[in-house]
Amino acid sequence: MSDDISTLRRILRDNKIIAIVGLSADWHRPSNFAAKYLQQHGFRIVPVNPRYEQILGERSYKALEDIPFKVDVVDVFRRTEDVLPFAQAAVALGAKCLWQQIGVKNLEADALVRAAGLDSVMDRCMKIEHARLFGGLHWAGVNTRVISAKRPV
Amino acid sequence: MADRTFQPETLAIHAGQIPDAATGARALPIYQTTSFVFDSAEHAASLFNLQTFGNVYSRLSNPTVAALEERVAALEGGRAALASASGMAAEAMALMTILQQGDHVVAAGALYGGSVSMLSVNLAKFGITTTFVDATRPEAFAEAIRPNTRALYAESLGNPSMLLLDIAAVADVAHAHGLPLVIDNTVPSPYLCNPIAFGADIVVHSATKYLAGHGTTLGGVMVESGKFPWDNGKFPGMTEPSPGYHGVKFYETFGDFGFCMRARMETLRVYGAALSPMSAWQILQGVETLPLRMERHSRNALAVARFLQAHPRVSWVNYPGLPHHPQHALLKQQMRALDGMPMASGLLAFGVLGGAAAGEKFIEGAQFMSHLVNIGDTRTLISHPATTTHRQLNEAQQRAAGVLPDMVRISVGLEHIDDILWDIDQALARSGA
Repeated sequence: MSDDISTLRRILRDNKIIAIVGLSADWHRPSNFAAKYLQQHGFRIVPVNPRYEQILGERSYKALEDIPFKVDVVDVFRRTEDVLPFAQAAVALGAKCLWQQIGVKNLEADALVRAAGLDSVMDRCMKIEHARLFGGLHWAGVNTRVISAKRPV
Repeated sequence: MADRTFQPETLAIHAGQIPDAATGARALPIYQTTSFVFDSAEHAASLFNLQTFGNVYSRLSNPTVAALEERVAALEGGRAALASASGMAAEAMALMTILQQGDHVVAAGALYGGSVSMLSVNLAKFGITTTFVDATRPEAFAEAIRPNTRALYAESLGNPSMLLLDIAAVADVAHAHGLPLVIDNTVPSPYLCNPIAFGADIVVHSATKYLAGHGTTLGGVMVESGKFPWDNGKFPGMTEPSPGYHGVKFYETFGDFGFCMRARMETLRVYGAALSPMSAWQILQGVETLPLRMERHSRNALAVARFLQAHPRVSWVNYPGLPHHPQHALLKQQMRALDGMPMASGLLAFGVLGGAAAGEKFIEGAQFMSHLVNIGDTRTLISHPATTTHRQLNEAQQRAAGVLPDMVRISVGLEHIDDILWDIDQALARSGA
């Protein structure tokens, strides 16, 4: 699992296409908040939810296997015990990172993707980590733990 | 590479402030602006929906104020913080975000007079009641808890009672009942004590005191640990859609900093006790030297306490930094040490032989020690709590708050210790005249 600031910064800087498994179309839900935020910060989101045709202006796919192009990150908003098949699909898709959201921590999935050379993040929110390391969260009074004498990039 | 855990001396200077993105300014710019432009209508909507983070209006957030918030959160080992216009405002933001009509608080009896008034008079007007208990007995908090209790409130080191709270023991009581423990940590400052490390859930500060440190600027900060389970069924305001903020569920959406987000977007936004950017900057100038100052305040106060103990015109001395103080062992557990001695901050209380009248003569006889009601200044300050800060309380309430009629409070400053002892000695000589 990757958890240090420099690795998280690299993952969030170098990856741009994010498949979001379990993305809700309801704007109140945390997954929708996170996806909307990512869209506004230069990411392309790819919804994966069989219940919808389209979410936040993007076509929603029934399953990761149906996505006809490469994605960089598979971001999982599902229960811990359900994550493993998404990890396998992430490897098959050629994704570079499996990201398990806050409260989601499947160690088997973590080991599987790391063995295949992917980055792996667990129990963290992509939106919150992006906001923590690239500026915005600081304005909400959050302890970002960033100590640096360099200008933010 | 694993992230480094930085020491408080480093955090006091760096946390919450990296060079300015726009200009490269190394010191913190003062963003003296009420408002911030939106990039587009879509950006404005996202900010108002809290879907993206950013600044809208300085009553809600401001980049200069944010630096203070993050720095105090870091020094306290907390997840997030919210600044406000004064320490009383910080306390009000914390309590008014937790509580609603019909709720009940169990609070330490020995509290700062303003806190006693807020709990017993002002919040009572909104149907929130408080039971005050003897905080030296953690079980007293448990005995006073009712089905409608929603918070426990106490001071880490009482002002001016000098009572220390066994934070871990009271936190255990709070958590066994599914309640948050709110601690006023003003007197030790985050350098000497971190209540969150002992189980506190929310910490409030009058930043006016040691954090700012120079007697120039009012301010307050509230810090949340990020560890309290707000979804335990007792706090629907944290888990249900917010009627005050178009249906946002604060705990679900913001998780471990949901309490601060709700305090910001519901309580601070509506009641308006925001800290000015200019004041935040002044306070941060103080915070940079907090560790140095707390060492000297504590060392000077210990020397004053020893001097008073041996003085024939002094009837009693209350300073937990004295090795024979009944709470010295607890002090060792909870406060940072310097050269093997736990530091006890700069505040102490003593009785002048001859009672209240002699105490007043002592105060009037001082040459450079200032007679005023603040604490945590570079200057040595003296006051008579019974006739000033605690004047609004009756004698029974005063005694419950640890205020005796003959009590003189000293906030020991950063002058040379020999000069401080000289002024105390000559004023004591006048007290018997």
